[in-house]
Amino acid sequence: MSPSAETVVDARGVRRVFDRAVLDGVDLQLRQGDFVALLGPSGTGKTTLLRILAGLDAADDGQVTVPRQRSVVFQEPRLIPARRVWRNVVLGSRNPRRDRKKAIAALTEVGLAAKSDAWPLTLSGGEAQRVALARALATEPGLLLLDEPFAALDALTRIKMHDLVAELIQRHNPAVLLVTHDVDEAILLADRILILADGSIDVDVAVDLEKPRRRSDPGFPELRAHLLERLGVS
Amino acid sequence: MTTSELAPPPVKEAGRALESLAVRGRQGRLRSAWRGRFLRIVVPAVLIVLWQLSSVLGWADEFTLPPPSRIIAAYQELWANGDIQAALPISLKRAGTGLAIGVSLGLVLGLFAGLWKIGEEIFDAPLQMLRTIPFIAVVPLFITWFGIGETPKLVLIAAATVFPMYLNTYHGVRGVDKKLIESGQTFGLRGWRLAARVILPTALPAALTGLRYAAGVSLLALVLAEQINAREGIGYLVNNANQNQRPDIVIAGILIYALLGIVVDVLMRLAEHFALPWRPRVAIG
Ligand SMILES: Nc1ncnc2c1ncn2[C@@H]1O[C@H](COP(=O)(O)OP(=O)(O)OP(=O)(O)O)[C@@H](O)[C@H]1O
Ligand SMILES: [Mg+2]
Repeated sequence: MSPSAETVVDARGVRRVFDRAVLDGVDLQLRQGDFVALLGPSGTGKTTLLRILAGLDAADDGQVTVPRQRSVVFQEPRLIPARRVWRNVVLGSRNPRRDRKKAIAALTEVGLAAKSDAWPLTLSGGEAQRVALARALATEPGLLLLDEPFAALDALTRIKMHDLVAELIQRHNPAVLLVTHDVDEAILLADRILILADGSIDVDVAVDLEKPRRRSDPGFPELRAHLLERLGVS
Repeated sequence: MTTSELAPPPVKEAGRALESLAVRGRQGRLRSAWRGRFLRIVVPAVLIVLWQLSSVLGWADEFTLPPPSRIIAAYQELWANGDIQAALPISLKRAGTGLAIGVSLGLVLGLFAGLWKIGEEIFDAPLQMLRTIPFIAVVPLFITWFGIGETPKLVLIAAATVFPMYLNTYHGVRGVDKKLIESGQTFGLRGWRLAARVILPTALPAALTGLRYAAGVSLLALVLAEQINAREGIGYLVNNANQNQRPDIVIAGILIYALLGIVVDVLMRLAEHFALPWRPRVAIG
């Protein structure tokens, strides 16, 4: 992104110890509008890092500065079953009735305005995840954290979600950290790709492919092969 | 490596046999629905006919087991002299008052113990201990403490209903998915807002289960409480009839208790239906 954009996420020397040091000195800076993907083998601490940035867990050591307004979308939509869809979208609002219009606008963005009065348990998996995305963006967060948000979706829905997320993020322009296992997904969406290994950020590469990204881009397989090699799969 | 080590386990031929699964068309579904309705009406009707026949054919003597016709006559008698009209409201009020006290207390304690650690530390251990006492066992003690008036009856019903309400509410609140609570927290919900928007609505089904259970127990406790020297109410009718050797009225009274049980259950299910519109309705079979 533009070099003048201000740093909104500044994490230095983040440590988190369970039975071992899962995070052992992670440094991460994001600027307004950055879209960063975080890859890494299972169990390397990606979720742990994301939860620390979200403020859900505290780091054992290090410094973390993040925007006050943060949103998280997890692998599961985590909607409250007892609240209608639109009330879920404005879950944190001080006055939900007043913000109903805002909720419907956010649902319109994800193509679900018609479902605003539905109960969450009647939604399909993909619809519920779109509601979760609408809820995450409705607060206009400075930082959007996505923890494998597409992992539970079928392949076709996932492709549509990629386009939707790319479009919405361009419009709302938060800093984004996307945790994923899917190297292709990371290349399609992110401007920068990090790999977490052995407790710290091991790889940090910029994605210099033209947008909108295409798998047919000659740079695509090259970057993909590089990342897979660094992940230990080749 | 020898081939014997690598040999795959023998295929179980039986597992590969094909079977065609039953198809149940609209016809079949309708037929099973009608069968359900038919049996629901016919089976009780047959039982009542058998009951009546038992005295007509002289299998049971009228005094031991009065036939349904005598029970109906007993209701007509009780209605004509105004006994039912006097007794029913009194019993209902007893059960209702005791239930209201027990349920309110159970709800407050359950929420307190569920939402606050300190509440759990103070109340959970003593309530779990008291819970193990069968409420039937404390009747003599309550009579010593509260005499034989209305008080011991209400206390007994309240004491019997407080535990199901407490336990279900407490577990309902504690059992709210931690992920949902986190999702509220990430969107800035704290304190009572988190409770009102995430925890309490999600715990409501469990609390209502507690209420339904408590309502059932309140009738049980009512029957017992009305054995304590009741001077009015259904229990009085039954005891009185027993002393006057009127088994028909005794059975009529017992059936009123049973009917109350059914009415309470239906009301509670309706309440759940309307209070929990978001729950998918699942029926098995
Ligand atoms: N609350 C916890 N208590 C103990 N250990 C934990 C806890 N949370 C995470 N861990 C451990 O920390 C390590 C990293 O977990 P984390 O969930 O961050 O992995 P991840 O990179 O997100 O993995 P995945 O890709 O499978 O989601 C794991 O070994 C896990 O067992
Ligand atoms: Mg994870």
